[in-house]
Amino acid sequence: MRAYLPDYDIQSPETLDEALTLLSREPGKWRPIAGGTDLMVLLNAGRLSDLNLLDISRLTELRGISENGPSVTFGALTTYSELRQHPAVREHLPNVVESARVTGAQAIQNRGTLGGNIVNASPAADTPPSLLAYGAEIELVSVRGKRRVPYESFHKGYKKMDLAPDELLHSIHVPIPKGSGFHFYRKVGTRQAQAISKTCLAAHARIENGVVEELRIGLGSVAPVPARARSAEAVILGKAVDFLPIEDAVKAIQSDISPIDDIRSTARYRRVVTANVLRQALEELARTGRAS
Amino acid sequence: MDDHPCKHGDGCTCHSGVSRRGFLGSITTAAAGIAASGTLTAAPAPPPEKAQPDEPVKLQLSVNGRTHKVLVEPRWTLLYVLRDQLGLTGTKPGCERGECGACTVLIDGVARYSCLTLALEAKGKEVTTIEGLMKGEELGATQRAFVEEDGYQCGYCTPGQVMAAEGLLRVNPRPSMEEIRHGMSGNLCRCGAYVHIFKSVEKAAVLSASEKR
Ligand SMILES: Cc1cc2nc3c(=O)[nH]c(=O)nc-3n(C[C@H](O)[C@H](O)[C@H](O)COP(=O)(O)OP(=O)(O)OC[C@H]3O[C@@H](n4cnc5c(N)ncnc54)[C@H](O)[C@@H]3O)c2cc1C
Ligand code: FES
Ligand code: FES
Repeated sequence: MRAYLPDYDIQSPETLDEALTLLSREPGKWRPIAGGTDLMVLLNAGRLSDLNLLDISRLTELRGISENGPSVTFGALTTYSELRQHPAVREHLPNVVESARVTGAQAIQNRGTLGGNIVNASPAADTPPSLLAYGAEIELVSVRGKRRVPYESFHKGYKKMDLAPDELLHSIHVPIPKGSGFHFYRKVGTRQAQAISKTCLAAHARIENGVVEELRIGLGSVAPVPARARSAEAVILGKAVDFLPIEDAVKAIQSDISPIDDIRSTARYRRVVTANVLRQALEELARTGRAS
Repeated sequence: MDDHPCKHGDGCTCHSGVSRRGFLGSITTAAAGIAASGTLTAAPAPPPEKAQPDEPVKLQLSVNGRTHKVLVEPRWTLLYVLRDQLGLTGTKPGCERGECGACTVLIDGVARYSCLTLALEAKGKEVTTIEGLMKGEELGATQRAFVEEDGYQCGYCTPGQVMAAEGLLRVNPRPSMEEIRHGMSGNLCRCGAYVHIFKSVEKAAVLSASEKR
């Protein structure tokens, strides 16, 4: 514990209203802390200078998973362990379960939250590709009320978000895919646990009469923000599973990504491996499509 | 924990000066250490109601079934309070960034890294440390399993491994070897005793089950 903080305060409100009032009175002053698995690392390393923490971990309004008609709603405080154990999530959203399973390890999963993973806004975060693949929406809340935005438009640039200083992430709505769809998730890291992704790809497709009618591909660690692979999707959409132009999609995905060299990997590795993972996904898609 | 006993101020990672133990001796010393760093004097005078690093907060902490009244600074981690305020040194510091698992404890029965947990967050919750797994003078089932299966070499990571195993078995009392490997993946062992650690967890499942019967 190396933190020495000249300006430090912590508030633990019991209700969402109290929390939002605090945030609106002094916007920008309070930093929400949920599971702390991102923030505490910075704190312990002495990398936070001024810190006023708003402990939101006790806000029951931000907890819980529910099936609301056509979608599953996750409170922002949903932990990885909670969602891995939830029957509706396991049944309908296997990519979300898989991204939680490969995040950190037991103790991180018991404490880290879905909301924290989104708002921490790391391009390498592991649940965003799944949320993008399922076309999730997120709900933000402040004293001014609630608003809902497509998750896809939430990240505006590296660590920049469509989130006002007085707002909290309230919940995440994920539409339940119709029919028996194709789900694919693969994270590539240094080891199977506790590793930050070098590249990560999630995909969901709906196949009807042997044709790919719907496809979303979410990517992590290969752009400044979690991103959709729009060009690759466009190559595959509307095509018959028997004749998927896989190699064209593999070429196209190169224009969807802008990876960099960093401590975990190189841009070149990320380009090659992302393409390989896409190929694997599309080959599986073709197999699943033929079998169905 | 270092409080920048050097004169370089915040952001400096210089660890020289006041010795760790000596510094941690008492809260009063800690406050003096901060004042001496000069950083506080440079900061504008804070409003009186604000919790300051040198203004400890009262906390009732329930650890291993006993309630402790402690004064904690809001930024203190549970790991630090357990070891250096309560003297429960079974819980080990390793990386202090949530990667190695040496500091694993149970909070309300769930495995958590105490280095990533603020002591204040544990308010109203039950904390269980390696010391709390004892049944009087006897080792608890999971502890016994590690002894019987030689689930360690130097032993430094062991308290964390045992607590992670305990947390895993409370969610999944009969894990497969695959589930054990995955469940224990947040606990590193520098000695590489993994094979024995995994066997210990298997054994712990058996011993815990027979204990419950
Ligand atoms: C050892 C280790 C391994 C990890 N492995 C992975 C991994 O494999 N994959 C991965 O993606 N991540 C990983 N992480 C990162 C981290 O665990 C996740 O990002 C986690 O989901 C963060 O959630 P939290 O609740 O702990 O966030 P916090 O640390 O509490 O918060 C993170 C950020 O989000 C903000 N925030 C949190 N909740 C809200 C809200 N409701 N409204 C507004 N703002 C909010 C906070 O202000 C802060 O800026 C790892 C971390 C560690 C320490
Ligand atoms: S000391 Fe807490 S995980 Fe390493
Ligand atoms: S027994 Fe030595 S570190 Fe695990």
